[in-house]
Amino acid sequence: MANKVVTDEVRAQIGTQGEPRTYEVERGAIRRFAEAIGDPNPLFNDEPAARETRFGGMIAPPTFCRSLGSAIPQVKLDLPGFRALDGGSDWEYRKPIRPGDRVTVQSRIADIRETAGRLGPMVFLVVETSYTNQFGQLCVLQRSTVIRY
Amino acid sequence: MARQLYFEDLEAGYELPTLEKDPTTQQLVKYAGASGDFYQIHYDKDFALANNLPGVILHGALKNGFLGQLMTDFAGAAGWLRKLSVQYRGMDVPGVKLYARGKVVRKYVEGGEHLVDCEIWIENAKGEKTTPGSATVVLPSRGAH
Repeated sequence: MANKVVTDEVRAQIGTQGEPRTYEVERGAIRRFAEAIGDPNPLFNDEPAARETRFGGMIAPPTFCRSLGSAIPQVKLDLPGFRALDGGSDWEYRKPIRPGDRVTVQSRIADIRETAGRLGPMVFLVVETSYTNQFGQLCVLQRSTVIRY
Repeated sequence: MARQLYFEDLEAGYELPTLEKDPTTQQLVKYAGASGDFYQIHYDKDFALANNLPGVILHGALKNGFLGQLMTDFAGAAGWLRKLSVQYRGMDVPGVKLYARGKVVRKYVEGGEHLVDCEIWIENAKGEKTTPGSATVVLPSRGAH
């Protein structure tokens, strides 16, 4: 099937990067995030208890990076609608994120592809976002899929 | 903290302890505030209805958070969650209990690390798997100190 929406011109936007943003990770923000999920794990809530572990202190829960918003490059698509769905995420965890860290977040368009949906063409945008700490260590990689239709 | 699992304690087929969740609209508001995702379909019923939804629905990322909790509980403080993948296949609504579940599909040693791959999912009270996924954790080994 020939692509209707995702033309070569659209695919040329793959690799486009958004502006990096830097956040300071606040201890209270980690606790509030864990509380919103309903996760009482002492690693995310209790500094004295977390200090007794090999991490030596509190760390952020796995999906905390959702609260560190990135600038996602706008992808120009010739679609009849403007609807978007969150399709899911693939995460890779290399280093813990800790209170007081300065985390730089940057997104790039990793892939754009198309399938025929029940309501017309569906475009899958894969956005890869890196979360790098103040020591230049890549802590977390998130590949999220946005479905536009 | 809960008892630490070791690599030697489990085999393929091991079922992770189920994590039960009972999400409320209040939890959706808390998650919106904590995550910064203020899309109105998660807390404004009129807006959600006008968008052909049955009412407010859970953030996919909140369910991702539930599966993250399932896996960090499993890994324990001496383990490490290496990979987590989730796909949002079905909507979930507040007021309906959800169950985050998983089972071990493979254990292996790679690069000196003791790794466990799991199939994970969230299912609703009807047994529908609305949020399937997979995860890899590093576990401590009784043999390696």
